[in-house]
Amino acid sequence: MHNFFKNIFSLVSSTMLLMVFLANFISENINAKEIPVCATCQFKNIQAAINSANTGDIIVVKSGIYFENKIQINKTISLIGENNPVIDAQEKDEGITISANNVKVSGFVIKNTANGSINDFAGIRVFKANHVEVSNNTLRNTFFGIVFQDSKNGEIINNKIIGENLNQTKSGNGIQLWQCRNIAIKNNYVTKHRDGIYFEFSRFCHVENNLSEENFRYGLHFMFSDNDWYYHNVFKNNGTGAAVMYSKHISMLYNDFENNWGDASYALLLKDISDGIIIGNHFTKNTIGVLLDGSNRINVTRNLFENNGWAVKLMANCMNDTFYKNNFIANTFDVSTNGTLYYSYFKNNYWDKYEGYDLNKDHLGDVPYRPVSLYSIIVEQIPQAMMLLRSFTVDVMDKAERIIPSLIPDLLKDEEPKMQKNKI
Amino acid sequence: MLKLIKYVVYDILRNRILLGYTLLLLTVSLSLFNLEDDAAKATLSLTNLILIIIPLVSIIFSTIHFYNSYEFIELLVAQPLNRRTILLSQYFGVSISLFTAFFVGIGIPVLLYNASSTGLILLLSGMLLTQIFVSIAFWASVVTRDKAKGIGLSLMIWFYFSLIYDGLILFFLFSFNDFPLEKPILALTCLNPVDLGRILILLKMDISALMGFTGALYKDFFGSAFGLIFSIVVMSIWIIIPMLFAIRIFNRKNL
Amino acid sequence: MIQIESLNKSFNKLHVVKNISVCFNKGEVVSVIGPNGSGKTTLMKCLLGMVIPDNGTILFDNKNILHDWNYRNDIGYMPQIGRYPDNMKIGQLFEMMKDIRSNKDDLDEELMDAFKLQSMFDKPMRTLSGGTRQKVSAALAFLFNPKVLVLDEPTAGLDPIASEILKEKILKEKKKEKLILITSHIMSEVDDIADKVMYIFEGNIKFFNAVSEIKKLANEEKLGKAIAQLMSQTTHA
Repeated sequence: MHNFFKNIFSLVSSTMLLMVFLANFISENINAKEIPVCATCQFKNIQAAINSANTGDIIVVKSGIYFENKIQINKTISLIGENNPVIDAQEKDEGITISANNVKVSGFVIKNTANGSINDFAGIRVFKANHVEVSNNTLRNTFFGIVFQDSKNGEIINNKIIGENLNQTKSGNGIQLWQCRNIAIKNNYVTKHRDGIYFEFSRFCHVENNLSEENFRYGLHFMFSDNDWYYHNVFKNNGTGAAVMYSKHISMLYNDFENNWGDASYALLLKDISDGIIIGNHFTKNTIGVLLDGSNRINVTRNLFENNGWAVKLMANCMNDTFYKNNFIANTFDVSTNGTLYYSYFKNNYWDKYEGYDLNKDHLGDVPYRPVSLYSIIVEQIPQAMMLLRSFTVDVMDKAERIIPSLIPDLLKDEEPKMQKNKI
Repeated sequence: MLKLIKYVVYDILRNRILLGYTLLLLTVSLSLFNLEDDAAKATLSLTNLILIIIPLVSIIFSTIHFYNSYEFIELLVAQPLNRRTILLSQYFGVSISLFTAFFVGIGIPVLLYNASSTGLILLLSGMLLTQIFVSIAFWASVVTRDKAKGIGLSLMIWFYFSLIYDGLILFFLFSFNDFPLEKPILALTCLNPVDLGRILILLKMDISALMGFTGALYKDFFGSAFGLIFSIVVMSIWIIIPMLFAIRIFNRKNL
Repeated sequence: MIQIESLNKSFNKLHVVKNISVCFNKGEVVSVIGPNGSGKTTLMKCLLGMVIPDNGTILFDNKNILHDWNYRNDIGYMPQIGRYPDNMKIGQLFEMMKDIRSNKDDLDEELMDAFKLQSMFDKPMRTLSGGTRQKVSAALAFLFNPKVLVLDEPTAGLDPIASEILKEKILKEKKKEKLILITSHIMSEVDDIADKVMYIFEGNIKFFNAVSEIKKLANEEKLGKAIAQLMSQTTHA
């Protein structure tokens, strides 16, 4: 509860700050002038226009191809592209580097940054700059897409970031935050990068309504980043949908994790995280829905797990996780674990494999459901046993074990399974 | 021999049990495809049916047919006919009849609703399993004289391949968990036609990703074109060997 | 016609046929008799190729029958219990047999006509009574005009009229210089049609004589009594 208020507080305070800056911005704009850049204009080169601009000016770049790289924005200006001008870095260096506050970059197509193992060349880099808005840009064949470093209160909105490298080692992250605060990432599309969206040491950020698909490693990746929110995103066909590691107080709401199918594909991988909430997400057709590894006090409520190989893998090093009112439908394994669990709770979930009855008509099954099947335990211990998948023997064993449990963890059970699906 | 086969098929196709079997398969497959929105899911459910019911019905039906035809076979043996011809005509007669039942009951629905590569592999496996268990049934019928014993033996064989064998594999996996087991398991799979059929079908489905998770070699092997051909060859051996033994024994059998 | 030389057959430890040597000639009606389990059925089955002997030879027209099946073109066999595929019709059964046998031109349809089987050609075998199936078996055995007829309890289950028809037929075929082997328990029947009686007991031939000779030996008018007397002599001896 305490954390919740902290979150709200930070949200409110940051909004107020934003308003103050916005007021500043408008007052400065009174003297602002518009500087056009085009093939027939006074400025044919974007960098030249920036160099001659004053704080608050708006540089409008008309359509055309600009062979420039490492465009430096070190003063508060707006750089606006009209009819999608193209900045082609010709694989020489980065696209745009922003190091001043209150900069806006919008409406560009940025192509072909350099690609290297020493420097993380980005399409657009924001470095120690606050209140920067990067919006409506298309990035193609950039090593890294949009990178924010040591920055606060920025916005990354409506960008398309499309990688063209065909393998993981030559590909950077689509959107990357490093030691940032309070950044909003909204309505972006990221594909074919190493990680779609990557966070490290970044807090109070919101990831909303993005589509991240076909990235080599993770659709979304958190490392050491606390108090972040992500909601209404879609993660499709990634190596792994989202990986949340070494972080606290992450809220994961109403996201769709689809089709992260592959030999070792997770929809959501939680590693050493605590106090997170996972509510209203859809996990459909993933090899593994959610893996919880060393994760404590995670609240998993009203999610849909459908057609996954494993809906939930709950490692024995997890504690006090709760699974409440989720729907488990047509998964090969509902829950699997690698030990004897004592500290996680399942309640009022709907399990399509439940075969109990409800005599007192309270819509709750009268006998508990044990979501860990004997076969899932065997497979956990002897992975090779997977070759017996869908064998009649295995079905018979599972049925027998459910009737007379002897090997499956006795305490891991849903005492009050729902007879009907929960509303999600 | 073709003429003899014709008469045997004519006789069996009018058999009520075979008719019932066809209708059962047809009802189950049609209702699965109609109840399930996703044809792939229906196919998966159908796989379980095929792996259990097809071998069971094939082996029991063939065995009962053999014993019911015993006096007729005796009469045929007293005719100017080669014994091999007599046995093979019964064998092909039963096979063709069961094939027809399978094709009408499973084949047509699958082709209508899910004529994908998965569906085709399902049909292929079903047909191979039918043939394999007819062969085994003939072997079992020829080695035992008593009808009850013959049916008992057939049931045991089915039980062994459907249930016990995989239990033994599990036991084997538990016992030798510390050793590299990928190749032994490959070999063990070949020794059970039901497992082979199951693997063939599963590897054509999405669900095979679960298998790739732990048994890359296994998946790569059976998932490849070579693996497919290899499996078909091994299953063909499962058809031929029991039947060769059956013919050998029948040639010397005292009726 | 048929020559059996030192034939032996054991089922597991049971020695069923013990070194039997015998010769059957054409134009004879031989009745093979003996108690149940004496080995007469096994002997017949050896002749038909249904049971494969341990050793010894059977020559059919001076040819060894082992691993051969063509000689069976010359044998008509009527089993004791005729069971046929349930859904096969009588007509189909006859068609099938004609497909199997080589001599298709010289068909003997006398019994078929006498038993009025043509009118039932559309009936499936499973609907037939035991007696009708026997008629079918008999008609099939005679259909191809074979040189040798092997009839296993031919009249058992037949009504008296059909029995009479069959006996008449047997006598008629005998006149055509055919060899007819019959197993039967009904002595009066044997007395009516058989020329020779072969008595098998515990795998051995106890005697193989002409009917008239047996009656003379036992000094009895009726064959049944004569044989009973001879049997008691042999068991006492």
